[in-house]
Amino acid sequence: MTNLRLIARLDVKGPNLIKGIHLEGLRVIGAPNDFALDYYRQGADELIYMDIVASLYGRNHLGEIIKDAAKDIFVPMTVGGGIRSIENAREILRSGADKVAINTAAVANPGIISDVARQFGSQCMVLSIEAKKIANDHWEVYTDNGRERTGLDVIEWAKLCVSNGAGEVLLTSVDREGTRKGFDVELVKAVSSAVNVPIIASGGMGKSEDLLPVVNDGGADAVAMADILHYGRAKIGDIRATAKAAGLGVRRYEYARSNHN
Amino acid sequence: MNTPEVTIIDYGVGNLLSVKRGFEHCGAKVVLSSDPNIILASHRVVLPGVGAFPNAMDALQKLNLVSVIKELGELGTPLLAICLGMQLLMDESEEFGFNLGLGLIPGRVVAVSENSVEGTSQKIPHIGWSSLYNSCENINWKGTLLQDNEVGDSVYFVHSYMAQPANPINQVAHVIYGGHRISAVISKDRITGCQFHPEKSGDLGLKILRKFCLD
Repeated sequence: MTNLRLIARLDVKGPNLIKGIHLEGLRVIGAPNDFALDYYRQGADELIYMDIVASLYGRNHLGEIIKDAAKDIFVPMTVGGGIRSIENAREILRSGADKVAINTAAVANPGIISDVARQFGSQCMVLSIEAKKIANDHWEVYTDNGRERTGLDVIEWAKLCVSNGAGEVLLTSVDREGTRKGFDVELVKAVSSAVNVPIIASGGMGKSEDLLPVVNDGGADAVAMADILHYGRAKIGDIRATAKAAGLGVRRYEYARSNHN
Repeated sequence: MNTPEVTIIDYGVGNLLSVKRGFEHCGAKVVLSSDPNIILASHRVVLPGVGAFPNAMDALQKLNLVSVIKELGELGTPLLAICLGMQLLMDESEEFGFNLGLGLIPGRVVAVSENSVEGTSQKIPHIGWSSLYNSCENINWKGTLLQDNEVGDSVYFVHSYMAQPANPINQVAHVIYGGHRISAVISKDRITGCQFHPEKSGDLGLKILRKFCLD
């Protein structure tokens, strides 16, 4: 097992970092890269940028934002939202992103997963799943930021896409997203025991301790955090300390030594 | 002080912008090139790489860069090979069958084990931050690109294959994954390979790039 990854997630609409509840009801937080740089300095292990209206308008606008971020930020960056072709993926990767996250386009055309994996490697093909609970132990795949249902079962969908070459799964609970009620541990557990690629749990982190059950019981390899960081309810250093105190492996990160010599 | 110059070999693979930005952050002037003359005349050269071994060797072949990179070894030009670039330094790889590498450091490239030493299954690729350990107990990192780093520093990995140098002296640092020892930094003469991404490993990774610029 590698160290637990603490990932800052930035949902972006046009030029703004935004935050919603259940991926809706959006509120402007500020300039994405001001927050991104702060999270990098706090010791975020990775960043995820999601263009949350891109699928709707058919275009990802994050290229310029990522190019700008790549001047000062030296941790892995994943970019998602509206990526529907090899050309879109290439453009995003050339802008400084390390991985692309694909959801809506994969539902419309599952072949894009294997195309991206073959062209750029599985390590940069992140399957993004927006999951909504429909019954006990059953979740449905949603697209377009939790707006559109697909009829697909989350577990079966994850298995299919991983066998097609997805190297990682960003698993967002639409039910928990923005609620601060903690992660949907059952959802994460169901997916992490069904596929053998890393799972990034997303949606619901209200306090540092919320990451413990989703890692220990859910089997998450990484947690994506938004709201808790954007509103300053916890710093990444505090979250790292909580994980470490509970016996979880985390990246050794010393702000003082890293930045002052 | 003169501005250090770094040439990054552009053969169509990987996130070159991040490598470029990393070196620029360290104060270097960076050139991206696939021109043999420019590469051979460079003070220091970076061989990046993401993707599959045979595709990368094919791409280097098509640009007539295989012999150019081998010549850098003979010239003693400082060469830093990152991720797949490091694997290309070896004699051969088992990724997608058997493929010849650049042969600059003796040894082979093999798959990272899908099982831990205890026999439990583990996730492939190996993705994430892992701590570096010193591979040669009697030799510290002085004089290597890790000179300014410490044992235990965490750096960012993403890979499914790993280099196994034939000569243990060529392994400078390793990480432990599922109890297995995986080469993290290998070196021979002026050639260094990093399995992890120094350009994605925060300030501790930038130290390695900075050291390379001063070499």
